Amino acid sequence: MIEGLLPQLDIVRKDFPILERTLAGGLPLVYLDSANTSQKPQVVIDTMVDHLERHNANISRAMHQLGAESTEAFESARDKVAAFIGAPRRDEVIFTKNASEALNLVANSLAWATGDLAVGPGDEVLITEMEHHSNIVPWQLLTERKGATLRWFGLTDEGHLDLSTIDELITERTKVVSFTWVSNMLGTINPVAEITRRAHEVGAIVVVDASQSAPQMPTDLAAMEPMERPDVIAFTGHKVVGPTGIGVLWGRGDLLAQLPPFLGGGEMIETVRMEGSTYAPIPHRFEAGTPPIVEAVGLGAAVDYLGELGLGAVRDHEHAITAYALDGLATVPGLRVLGPLDAAERGGAISFEVDGVHPHDIAQVLDARGVAVRAGHHCAKPAHARFGVQSSTRMSSYLYTTPAEIDALVEALEYTRSYFKLG
Amino acid sequence: MTNAPGQDLDSLYQEIILDHYKNPLHAGLRDPFEAEVHHVNPTCGDEITMRVHLDGGVVSDVSYDALGCSISQASCSVMADLVIGKPVEEAMAIHESFLTLMQGKGQVEPDEDVLEDGIAFAGVAKFPARVKCALLSWMAWKDATTQSQGHSESQPQEAQHG
Ligand SMILES: Cc1ncc(COP(=O)(O)O)c(C=O)c1O
Repeated sequence: MIEGLLPQLDIVRKDFPILERTLAGGLPLVYLDSANTSQKPQVVIDTMVDHLERHNANISRAMHQLGAESTEAFESARDKVAAFIGAPRRDEVIFTKNASEALNLVANSLAWATGDLAVGPGDEVLITEMEHHSNIVPWQLLTERKGATLRWFGLTDEGHLDLSTIDELITERTKVVSFTWVSNMLGTINPVAEITRRAHEVGAIVVVDASQSAPQMPTDLAAMEPMERPDVIAFTGHKVVGPTGIGVLWGRGDLLAQLPPFLGGGEMIETVRMEGSTYAPIPHRFEAGTPPIVEAVGLGAAVDYLGELGLGAVRDHEHAITAYALDGLATVPGLRVLGPLDAAERGGAISFEVDGVHPHDIAQVLDARGVAVRAGHHCAKPAHARFGVQSSTRMSSYLYTTPAEIDALVEALEYTRSYFKLG
Repeated sequence: MTNAPGQDLDSLYQEIILDHYKNPLHAGLRDPFEAEVHHVNPTCGDEITMRVHLDGGVVSDVSYDALGCSISQASCSVMADLVIGKPVEEAMAIHESFLTLMQGKGQVEPDEDVLEDGIAFAGVAKFPARVKCALLSWMAWKDATTQSQGHSESQPQEAQHG
């Protein structure tokens, strides 16, 4: 018996109807692609259906009972998300389309900012070589447009940030430091508190991409030391057992209030005259137009579900499964894991290479055995380039993953090697 | 070990494909050439650099440096072997025929007289995610050949490496 697994895992799995389905040829589904998107529990599906069946109306602007119910559902989703990340204030939670939009919102608003927040020639934005493209490209756009300089932390051979250069990289010129809490490719958990403190010492704004950490680790912003608390975090609903089409930006209230608006339109205004407009306070200032209402309501149900399981218990489960998977993968000849080999230092996404078989071919053979993994660059091309590979295969577990599914993966990898006659 | 009952892997990974993958024909970059192109598959990152040399309306050489899966590597090898030595017009017709096969969702009957080893890719058409792998080199070849035709009046260039 492996220690740390979620209690009553078989009952938890029953919450996820898709895990019951079979694939071509009657094979059971072994879903190991949760870092890409997680599966949804019945309660999320039911909550969304119920909203559409019984409460559907536009929010804020509808003066009828349904409008009030819909607004109430949407705003209570904001409360649930605020509780999920321990946000100091509920109005600091902004709904976006996904994590990518949240990161673009920050980078674009900074491009338009004036005064202290303005980014220009001589200023630097610092990212890392392990970022998802969504946390690289917006900063490239910002620095290119404003004549600022983009810099980045390199990586060690073990897949950690190379912090030996931190004194050269975080300086008086640094305006923004943006980095991922947990890498979607290497799995690495980064030292958020340490980097944030250093960045704050030089007055930089800290943006943390929490897309991979929010699903699998407790986040408690209010409990963090203010010096060590990021100024902005972003994550995406579909990886925390919620639906697609909804993401979250949390930002320190006084920072958000200083940032110029991102998208203009309905809901984000205070008053509009032909000569000019004034803007609503946060969060509505950054939520132009009709938001993804039912998606937000679904996300509220999702984070409630995770909260009931307990993020601590989810983290323990991921840790146990990841350790078990690392052991299993180590038995496959010619297999090399990219990233930390100690489960304590990483999340549940494990990217690897197998000598003599291309990741596409591995994923294809695995799929034929019902094992769903991802193959490619996982939107982290620079991190792959750093390790001299063009692509990799990635298995990613989640709270519903069982040791038996890891066994199925390892067995399918053995089969892949024999299929390609690698002995 | 038996094959998975679910999907017919063997229809995808024909022996011919695995042979070309292990021993690709015409690999490497060579001089002379009129055009060099670089194509990538943005979803998976597979890459190919390809050079085409035309001589009197004939595809005189196709040389390449490719990184990718078995399907994309084998497809490149088969393609190069098929078109080298053929008049451009005939090579373009082969290209067209391969494209039709790949886009046929497994419903198109391949013509062995035209496609030779290329018929082994008939099974790939049933795996939508892999069609792009099979087409990467063919698209690169068409691009390079069209560019080479633009250069046909001028002299072939030499590589600019040291
Ligand atoms: C670390 C990280 N950042 C950002 C994203 C982008 O999320 P989305 O595509 O939902 O915007 C992802 C997921 O794809 C991710 O893993």
